[in-house]
Amino acid sequence: MSLKLGVPSKGRLMEKTFDWFGARGLDIRRTGSEREYAGAVGGIDGVDLVLLSAGEIPRELNAGRIHLGVTGTDLVRERIPAWQDRVEELSGMGFGQADLVIAVPKCWVDVDTLEDLDAVASAFRQRHGHRLRIATKYHRMVREFLREAGVADYQLVDSQGATEGTVKNLTAEAVADITSTGDTLRANHLKVLSDGLIHRSQATLFRSKSAAWNDRTRAALDILSERLEENV
Amino acid sequence: MQPTKDQVRAEAGRLRSVFLEAGARIVDPDILQPADTLLDLYGEDIRARAYVTGDPLKGEQMLRPDFTVPVVEMHMASGEGAVRYTYAGEVFRRQEVAEPGRANEYFQVGLEIFDAADPEEAEAEVFARFASVLAPLSLRAAMGDIGLLTSAVSGLTASAPRKAALMRHIWRPRRFRALLERYSGRSRVPASRAELLRRLKAESAEALLAANGPQIGLRSPKEIEARLRTLQDDAAELPISAAEVALIDDLLDIRETPGNALARLRDIAVDMPALDPALDRLERRFDVMQSHGVDLDAVEFEANYGRTTMEYYDGFVFGFYAGRQPHLPPVASGGRYDALTRVLGQGREMPAVGGMIRPGLVLELGRGGAA
Repeated sequence: MSLKLGVPSKGRLMEKTFDWFGARGLDIRRTGSEREYAGAVGGIDGVDLVLLSAGEIPRELNAGRIHLGVTGTDLVRERIPAWQDRVEELSGMGFGQADLVIAVPKCWVDVDTLEDLDAVASAFRQRHGHRLRIATKYHRMVREFLREAGVADYQLVDSQGATEGTVKNLTAEAVADITSTGDTLRANHLKVLSDGLIHRSQATLFRSKSAAWNDRTRAALDILSERLEENV
Repeated sequence: MQPTKDQVRAEAGRLRSVFLEAGARIVDPDILQPADTLLDLYGEDIRARAYVTGDPLKGEQMLRPDFTVPVVEMHMASGEGAVRYTYAGEVFRRQEVAEPGRANEYFQVGLEIFDAADPEEAEAEVFARFASVLAPLSLRAAMGDIGLLTSAVSGLTASAPRKAALMRHIWRPRRFRALLERYSGRSRVPASRAELLRRLKAESAEALLAANGPQIGLRSPKEIEARLRTLQDDAAELPISAAEVALIDDLLDIRETPGNALARLRDIAVDMPALDPALDRLERRFDVMQSHGVDLDAVEFEANYGRTTMEYYDGFVFGFYAGRQPHLPPVASGGRYDALTRVLGQGREMPAVGGMIRPGLVLELGRGGAA
């Protein structure tokens, strides 16, 4: 059995992943035709490449079907319950940075903190008869964050895309979304709460704790780990 | 050895028949409950604890996480007066992290008494009946009274909005504490708030809003302006005194035998007379419990009891625990939930007290000898 390394199959995330491993002496590339999802790893023995959609990598790590995988820390926290028991962060990769934040309309001049949001949620519910809606696709992380902060009287509404537009479209009062520069939030007349940073995400190499590890895969991981340490 | 499901079901039936003999009526609420009701009551947090499923016509449903909510809904819709109910069946609890000793699916048997005539008598009766059926297990019993904290809050020297904000977070101790620190001046006003208040002295709310346009979303400029006035009023308000905060701290610290707890509470009430009516009720409850044969000295009174796990329980609260196996959930728990009848009663409310027992744990502990 070889060590299975799951990497994103498309786009900039894939290219940067390949570059990152390349800088550490691992030659990762796609093989076959442009449309074929096949790849190879050179410069190390006993490692098989598995090309996956970035969003599926947490699931495969959790199930132990891949030994290592590259994905965002946000997706791991959102999709793997008790993630610390299931995977280990081996190395942050320094790209794919994005912050998961809570943002409200800029015109809410009275709101800057979670304490404000909580007070407004209470008044909003009394006035409008329903809980204050927060649009997001990161349900678990947002829920846990707001529970810790003691915010009540809100509801999460699912938004898989164009989340920043939900306030203007009257389908949500606030959003919890990923942002890297804040430009999209600003363009949609939203502002981030000063204590509204839920998570700072980046592309990260994870190890699955539930994958079957044997002498061969362990040896491959040892060599890989040495390479990573040499290049810190 | 774990009892089989048949054995647990039989034990549940046995316990329910005890409550049936106490004059309760059997009810059998649906397993599928509308998710909206539970979400409106408990907020998004319930999603972490309850199984959500979907129905193409009825929308989101939850596998019942407890019986009390459907029993209260049913009773309030019936328009009946004093009734007592019993039930036995499975409840379902989702776990995001494995919790040892806690099953995802387990039986509950309950007794719920809706009766306005004599609240302390009903409370004492529920506790005494539970204590009696659980007596062979030698469990540790604990109780509290959330009505003490709500009385203390209502007696604070503070504005109505401040009291309302504290009341809203009675069951979220951390936010409650943060608000108390803010209102008593022990924590600083955030810089952004201070800046906002400073600007409001120099310019009008309208001008401030105009400078931060455009207006988007359902929350109107009027609502924003109303909150700005609330913030200005709040800033002008005197802090809650250190002495009053100390009284609340003293109250929440109490963990004593009921007799000692009552004596300490009476001491606190000397400086906080708003507690007196709640203390009179507490004293009477203790008396009636004793007349029901409850050994009060064997029960621990914790003023903070139930604040994190028993939302909408707003008076007497209690639980029975396997003292030597602290990882186990309570074998039984319950209390007064007038607030729940108020929220679900659509304009009506009804004093109600009740509790549930886990028959599976009763069997398990009974076999293992002393709990």
